[in-house]
Parts: sequence; C-alpha cells; structure tokens
Amino acid sequence: MKNKIRDLRAEKSWTQEDLAKAVGVSRQTINAIEKGKFDPSLPTAFRLSKLFQKPIEDLFDFNEES
Amino acid sequence: MKDLNTKRQSERQLALKKLSIWTISWVASQALVIFGSLLLWPESPLLKIASLSINVLLGIQMILANRHLFKKLDELERLLQLEALAWTLGLTLVIGLAYSSLDIINLIPFDAEISYLVMFMGITYFISLTINKKRYE
Repeated sequence: MKNKIRDLRAEKSWTQEDLAKAVGVSRQTINAIEKGKFDPSLPTAFRLSKLFQKPIEDLFDFNEES
Repeated sequence: MKDLNTKRQSERQLALKKLSIWTISWVASQALVIFGSLLLWPESPLLKIASLSINVLLGIQMILANRHLFKKLDELERLLQLEALAWTLGLTLVIGLAYSSLDIINLIPFDAEISYLVMFMGITYFISLTINKKRYE
C-alpha cells in the first residue's frame, strides 16, 4: 500500500528510529511501511494518524488491486 | 513524542532473558537424561523416568517462554517469525519423512538419526529468518 509516511516524517525532521519509538514498533517495521513492503496493523495506523494529526486515508492510499 | 517503545523494549528484553534461561535449562536437562542414564544411574529406571520428566517439563516451559516472547514482538517481526516457522515446519516434515524413507528402503548405509533433523530445523529456521529480514529491508 502506498503511503505518505516518509514525507510526513521528513517534514518533522524525525528519523525512522524516532518514529518507531513514538508508535511502538521497530525501525525495520517503519522502513518496510515507508517502502510499501508491509501494511501496518490497525492500531499502528491509528497511532501514525494521531501522531501526524491526519486522518488515516490521508496517510495511506488504499488500492484493492495493489 | 511519547516513547511507546521503551516499555515494549524492556518487556521484550525480559521475555528474551526468560527464554534464554529456560532454553539453557532444557539443554542441560537433555544432557542429564543421556549422560545420567548412561553413566550415573544406568540401573535405575526410576531416575531415568524422573530425569526425562524434568526434561519434558523444562521443554514445555521453554515453549511457553517462546510464545510469550512472540507476543512482545511487533507486527512485522511476528510476520517474519511466522514465515520462518512455516518454512521450517514444512521442510522438516517433507525432508524428515524423505530422510526416514531413505533409511527404510535402505538407500543410506546408516540409521536416520533425529539429531540430524534437529540440526536441519535450526539451519532452515536461521536461513528463512535471514532471507525474510532481507526481503522487508
């Protein structure tokens, strides 16, 4: 799934490690989410949404075929 | 930013420590069963059964500690473990039975030892986990 996590993280000048600590996952997980290789769980998606103060649909581009 | 990771990390370290302790205890008890039964109490079925019972109980504790550790992993780490375990289980079943068949139909000049299967499982798990980690980098 495509997402804007990397851009939003860059806007705040956070490292992947910073973001990983904030949402309670490993840095590798953040890296995989940013690259679209792994779709986060619902709790992680909500934590990201809350952290960036944006609705989930603004963070992730859900496409049934992807 | 609120640090959600600190609690998770400390819980995971504790779970890993418990798993290490139970694993070491189980391996030590395995040695006790074999060497104890062969060298220390070869004539005592009671001590053989007792040492084997302790070995099984420690093994169950190790499994529970491993399960507990899995609960402390994050979602991607769990997926990596699940995929590695799926490969390990599947290959062990298929290769293990093929290996046993080799012995039954006398295509190998030695007995099929379970220790080779345990080594195969360990190597398969390690390789699967390494490949999966690379896939998600």
